[in-house]
Amino acid sequence: MKITMLEAINKALFYEMSRDSSVVVLGEDVGKEGGVFRATEGLQQKYGAERVVDTPLAEAGIVGSAIGMAINGLKPVCEIQFFGFIYPAINQIINHASRMRTRSRGLYTCPLVIRTPYGIGIKALEHHSESTESYFIHTPGLKVVIPSTAADAYGLLLSAIRDPDPVLFLEPTKLYRAFKEEVPIDEGDKKTLDKKEADKSNKDKSQNVNKSGKAGEYTVSIGKARIVQEGMDCTLISWGAMVKECEKAAELLAKEEIFPEIIDLRTVSPMDKEAILASVKKTGRAVIVQEAPRTLGLSSEISSIITENSMADLQAPVIRVTSFDIIPPLPKAEHYYAPDPYRIYRGVKKVLEY
Amino acid sequence: MLHEQFNPLREQQLQVMDKDGRIIRKDLMPKLSNDDLKKIYYYMVLGRAADQKAMNLQRQGRIGTFAPVYGQEGQVASAYALQQGDWVVPAFREHALALVRGMPLKNFYLYYMGHETGSVVPKDARILPVSVPVGSHPLHAVGIAWASKIRKEKNVAITYFGDGATSEGEFHEAMNFAGVLKVPVIFYCQNNQWAISVPRKIQTASRTIAQKAVAYGLPGIQIDGNDIFAVYAETKEAADRARRGEGSYFIEAVTYRFGPHTTADDPTKYRDEKEVEFWKQRCPVMRLKKYMENIGIWDDNQEKKLLAAVDKEVEKAVDDAEKTPIATVDEIFDNTFAQLTPQLVEQKAYLKKVQDEKKARIKK
Repeated sequence: MKITMLEAINKALFYEMSRDSSVVVLGEDVGKEGGVFRATEGLQQKYGAERVVDTPLAEAGIVGSAIGMAINGLKPVCEIQFFGFIYPAINQIINHASRMRTRSRGLYTCPLVIRTPYGIGIKALEHHSESTESYFIHTPGLKVVIPSTAADAYGLLLSAIRDPDPVLFLEPTKLYRAFKEEVPIDEGDKKTLDKKEADKSNKDKSQNVNKSGKAGEYTVSIGKARIVQEGMDCTLISWGAMVKECEKAAELLAKEEIFPEIIDLRTVSPMDKEAILASVKKTGRAVIVQEAPRTLGLSSEISSIITENSMADLQAPVIRVTSFDIIPPLPKAEHYYAPDPYRIYRGVKKVLEY
Repeated sequence: MLHEQFNPLREQQLQVMDKDGRIIRKDLMPKLSNDDLKKIYYYMVLGRAADQKAMNLQRQGRIGTFAPVYGQEGQVASAYALQQGDWVVPAFREHALALVRGMPLKNFYLYYMGHETGSVVPKDARILPVSVPVGSHPLHAVGIAWASKIRKEKNVAITYFGDGATSEGEFHEAMNFAGVLKVPVIFYCQNNQWAISVPRKIQTASRTIAQKAVAYGLPGIQIDGNDIFAVYAETKEAADRARRGEGSYFIEAVTYRFGPHTTADDPTKYRDEKEVEFWKQRCPVMRLKKYMENIGIWDDNQEKKLLAAVDKEVEKAVDDAEKTPIATVDEIFDNTFAQLTPQLVEQKAYLKKVQDEKKARIKK
């Protein structure tokens, strides 16, 4: 069915709550209100106030109590209202959730998910446009996922909830309602996928295209990137809302007969190094596109990985196209900040003309 | 309910036994058999002996920095009031009560010698690893209790923390969540009156710590934390109440640490020795001993025997801990996630290779 990313997230929550009675949803305004973006709409009506809980306004409280719930057999899915408000909970995430398994040698574990709207692009209030995933990627014991399509949001959210370890699930607000995309969750969806999509899915073993034939069952493995489009001239590596900007840049480049290969990481920790290196081997050039501030962003890590492993494949230095080391500007000046198709186009031209 | 008789806003404190081991409130005396008393006493004495040994080991460099329980052994009676399936969420000064839960004494030494396996307790002990970031763990007890409630289990969760922790934001979030959600959790504050060098009176302007519970809609009570009868009675009451589905409870147990915060500080720098002496007259171990002597169930001979047995137990635990092999490279990587990521597989292989190379170089 064709739905928005937001609808996909909502449907994934419905599906997993019906499948697994240990799944509970907690957060600010997630119940009656259905979340400020309506991601949890209807869940409380269906599953009750005991499993879909409007908590007091306290982020550490939400994540900290979710840790206890997870230790004691539940699968909490927390919502932090905006990524910019997650910091009061960072002590719980770094000092407890991500290390409980190590500290207790597996005796106690924290299978929990923290969902939160993420990133710039909807001209929101201050503190509502953060893309500081690096703070979390830097934390051992924590997985970080950022989908860029409705199907991936659905499939990755199921995988995140079923994961035996804590997963931070970052949802690009810019993409929430931007597109209606195919999500193969109807019973007949296996058949209705067009040939091109089915071929792609077969190639990519990480996508379990509704194999069971059961309506609603569709997962995408954590840790596997997606080839958005194949190309020979340069590898564009990105994640979150920037993937769509890369696609737009590819349209500009196509007019000049330049065909980049676009990789959507989907999971930023642990990331799919194999997919990156395989593509760079093919193209010999890499441009990394990151919405986050420049310094010590994930793009820096990817750039190192490429040079450490693929020096001989490279025909040009690896280039980063990023936002800047400034506070994300308020809406009037927001457009200066994140990479846009032209900045990406320019980056690709630079590595091609090296 | 006892909390109705002892109003924290009026600084009323529950005490059943006075400092000399005499029962002053017979009406509030909990039901504990002579055997129970001897068991509680045994754990208190064991906790103290384990601590003193650890202090010596620390001075010899055989164990790292640790937080002695010395003076706060009254905590044992609190754990004694719990049931098998209940959960304990400790801070880092609870190794005496952990023994009651079935944590092997060896684990205490393992942890402070630097082995993660020190936190691996028998599954039915249901005690979480120590929590070092002050005030962050009461939330876990709230979550555990919340899960028990959702899963319709009858287990309660109890969390222990100090007076300093009550200044942390997460402590207040935990209290607030507990009040709103009415989960079966007990907050047990061991008010030992010093947060390293900061005395209780500049930690909070509240007259009692127990009164903070009032603001969150929980019953709160201040008790004499060195009186094992008050400790037992109140924990039992809180646990029974929580088990009946009546929600959370806050206990402020006033106690005192005789030693340093950890082996890394010198308390003579920040507090008066006279104060320590005053509290040593109120020692929880001594008080129980006096009581047992008064009622004729304890004598010098039994004491001597107990101390000898406890010493042996401590020596054995230290010995076992010291013989424990250092974690392997596999062990330090393999519990990061349920399944190792490709990155970790690569990093582990690298470290193993380097270790092998180092060994080969030494052999040459």
